[in-house]
Amino acid sequence: MPQNALKIKDHIDLFNDPEYLEIFKRKRAEFEDMPSDDEVAKQAAYINSVEYREKNLAREALVINPAKACQPVGAAYCSAGFEGTLAFTHGSLGCAAYFRSHLSRHFKEPSAMVCSAMTEDAAVFGGLNNMIEGLANAYALYKPKMIAVHTSCMAEVIGDDLNSFIIQSREKGSIPEDFPVAFAHTPSFVGSHVVGYDNMMKSILSNFWEGKERKPGKGVNIIGGFDGYGVANAREIKDIIATMGIEGTLLSDVSDVYDTPADGSYRMYDGGTSLADTAKSLDAKATLSLQEWCSDKTLDYAKSKGQEVATFNYPIGLSGTDEFLMKLSQLTGKPIPESIARDRGRLVDAIEDSLAWIHGKSFSIFGDPDFVLGMTRFVMELGGEPLHLLCTNGNADWETKMKELLASSPFGAMGQVWKGKDLWHMRSLLATEPSDYLIGSSYGKYLEKDTGVPLIRIGFPIFDRHHHHRFPTLFYKGGLRVLVTILDKIFDTIDEKTKVSGISYDLTR
Amino acid sequence: MDGMNPDVKAERKALIEEVLSAYPEKTAKKRARHLNVYDEGKPDCGVKSNIKSAPGVMTIRGCAYAGSKGVVFGPLKDMVHISHGPVGCGQYSWSQRRNYYTGTTGVDTFVTMQVTSDFQERDIVFGGDKKLEKVIDEIHEMFPLNKGVSIQSECPIGLIGDDIEAVAKKKAKEHGKMVVPVRCEGFRGVSQSLGHHIANDAVRDWMLGKGKSKDFETTPYDVVVIGDYNIGGDAWASRILLEDMGLRVIGLWSGDATLAEIERGNKGKLNLIHCYRSMNYICRHMEEQFNIPWMEYNFFGPTQIARSLRAIAEKFDDKIKAGAERVIAKYQPMAEAVLARYKPRLEGKKAMLYVGGLRPRHVADAYGDLGIDIIGTGYEFAHSDDYQRTAHYIKDATLVYDDVTDYELEKFIDKMRPDLVGSGIKEKYSTQKMGVPFRQLHSWDYSGPYHGYDGFAIFARDMDMAINSPIWALNKAPWKAA
Repeated sequence: MPQNALKIKDHIDLFNDPEYLEIFKRKRAEFEDMPSDDEVAKQAAYINSVEYREKNLAREALVINPAKACQPVGAAYCSAGFEGTLAFTHGSLGCAAYFRSHLSRHFKEPSAMVCSAMTEDAAVFGGLNNMIEGLANAYALYKPKMIAVHTSCMAEVIGDDLNSFIIQSREKGSIPEDFPVAFAHTPSFVGSHVVGYDNMMKSILSNFWEGKERKPGKGVNIIGGFDGYGVANAREIKDIIATMGIEGTLLSDVSDVYDTPADGSYRMYDGGTSLADTAKSLDAKATLSLQEWCSDKTLDYAKSKGQEVATFNYPIGLSGTDEFLMKLSQLTGKPIPESIARDRGRLVDAIEDSLAWIHGKSFSIFGDPDFVLGMTRFVMELGGEPLHLLCTNGNADWETKMKELLASSPFGAMGQVWKGKDLWHMRSLLATEPSDYLIGSSYGKYLEKDTGVPLIRIGFPIFDRHHHHRFPTLFYKGGLRVLVTILDKIFDTIDEKTKVSGISYDLTR
Repeated sequence: MDGMNPDVKAERKALIEEVLSAYPEKTAKKRARHLNVYDEGKPDCGVKSNIKSAPGVMTIRGCAYAGSKGVVFGPLKDMVHISHGPVGCGQYSWSQRRNYYTGTTGVDTFVTMQVTSDFQERDIVFGGDKKLEKVIDEIHEMFPLNKGVSIQSECPIGLIGDDIEAVAKKKAKEHGKMVVPVRCEGFRGVSQSLGHHIANDAVRDWMLGKGKSKDFETTPYDVVVIGDYNIGGDAWASRILLEDMGLRVIGLWSGDATLAEIERGNKGKLNLIHCYRSMNYICRHMEEQFNIPWMEYNFFGPTQIARSLRAIAEKFDDKIKAGAERVIAKYQPMAEAVLARYKPRLEGKKAMLYVGGLRPRHVADAYGDLGIDIIGTGYEFAHSDDYQRTAHYIKDATLVYDDVTDYELEKFIDKMRPDLVGSGIKEKYSTQKMGVPFRQLHSWDYSGPYHGYDGFAIFARDMDMAINSPIWALNKAPWKAA
């Protein structure tokens, strides 16, 4: 039967209609030459087995469903957080298209970025001419206050020298002599997006700091790191700075550029850390990073300029935030105000109200290194028990730190740390040794489908739910939001489980 | 058709000049050749195409890898496609085209999986062939029911001199399964387009008529549908019509396709091509090599669907001709009911399009059916033959923009103030912030199908919801509204 024009079905319902089910059946029987139902059933059972898990964990070269992206997207995200800054991909043109799409799909926002559109001739002769022409066009057309160049792997493989290319572009008049161009080499075959963030941050800072004399002041710089919740978390960071009355600079502030209002005009640039503040940040007493693996080189650099440095691991919830605030207070000499203490008390209050639903439940967690550390710690504060803790882009230091964290609490006793593993590994882990819940990005939806472990969507990217990035995850207030997200899924799962019999399908919980 | 008011043409020409004035001289000269106001009766759109994008201008184009892995190979469901190189390309394209398929993912089908060799520095320095061999071995261990493997090359592969063809041959022999090397490195060509071509060549050289799929009886009514990627189920909404009229769709390239359907692709009596740009190459090859004729068709909107069904039926006997009439008669009342519901709400609205290699012309009449005028259109990666084909679809004074830059598109939208823009994810949010309704026309904005009669109903519903949402009247604060 054709559609009913008054009750139009799209793909969500249409393909359950008998005509379409018949088509699928016939196509399979007559044309597809697929394995038999028996073979499929056997293999489907086998991939849930312990034997398959062992083979799966023994993989050496093949990567399936990794939870990481490549350096340049991290670099582009970092540069988007500076005033009037245009990200510039030096390399082939598809890369910038991918980075822009990836960020837009998560933030549901425009993501501006240009590229030097290198093709085969550039592969042979190098991309100098692309840089010269590209900088001239980008400067004329998009009138940025700064251009931040990162590289795609093509430029890295052929060995293009950004520094020399940019100098030559200035000489050719592509951009004015004093126009700021930061640049970072961000090979996709080294590290991941968190390293790209670090490289770009260091490059932007050095662009403003080099050759300047540091006049040590009282201020504090804060680095948020690559963060799918960067919009709301930046606002939380600035709120803390304002509430504590400290002289603080958030380096890379994406709160406006990835959250511009719809009011009839498109703002390609909006907000961001001002270039003046970025220059002044050299004088800060200290630079603090909320994500250790997003700021390795940057903090070394800040230290080399005489600043104090400290790192945190994505402080969600109580202890992580406590440590961060106390460090901030100690560095600036400003007390932690009562209003923040009250925020803390509200989070404690909420946890006390809800603990019965989380205590003793097991949680597997995947995502970026600092995210997994911060989330694991918070889960243990809630009385949850971390089980499989997986980080595709985690290194040996991350593994050590995770093990220490788990050892610090009796709730960490079950925790297993999976460094450098992917989500196909996680599939085996959940199939053979399931946790009650899974915390991670939208990629986890395939795990939920295959293993039945309910996914609590927290992480990057979130493609299939809208606007989560508008709400914070960090500190006490973000912790509250994370708590609610976890609880909602727990309650939904219980309702789903009990709605058929009606027993335990309770109105009040 | 009445010619447009000459003032409108002059205005649009002036708009092009205004936009070009922002560029440095050299780039302005380059870009000028890609922008035009269409003169009715001309055999093409008067723009240059398939030329390198200018650096630094925010082109919307993607790369050859996107054209091969993302478009042609990605939907092929019972093979495992390796994104060969660093992690990013596969990650950003993972599950993003909604090429629907039936099967058990991870067991007999693999479309929504991101499989990569995840190159590290040592692979660049020492070469990746050894790693690739191991990757293929491990694929067979993890997914023994796979029908084969394709190697989708990312930029570094061609730059470091890896011999993926040798690896492919060796591993195909060892495992007794197909391994297809594809040289679709992102730096090749100027857009996705060369990636399509390279992918077509790989199908020709490594897959078509080869392999081990069981032979089967052919009939005089066998057709192969080419260039439908089953986005949101498009190919299914098309297949239902072709089967209903009495044809047998023995292969569907490559939406919901199995390797067997590709291998037997040369057994049809007629090749029906929807996306001409991405798969015309293989149709021409089959015409030369196997004498299989091919024809283009258009399943967007009732006017074009009926025309296409009749044109297809013309190639067959009376039974099929009667079948086509029967199908049209069956669906026409629904199409009319859809038009009765939506056309009054959409009549006289104006739309601008900017999409890939087919839709900027193919959807024009579907909009026309709804009473919506196309006032601007353009392609990311079309060639001159696409612009020739476009001339039949568009009206006098339509603004045509090839490989448009974000800057140009924003200015055009801002000055022409269409009631709807149809383009991609990168254009969606900036357009909406300008207060202009938008639908993604690559992914159907997560809706679909849009092909066929069933699809047209959804298309009409979606365009109406975009254009007539109450939100557009509320995007100015009342105390600020003029």
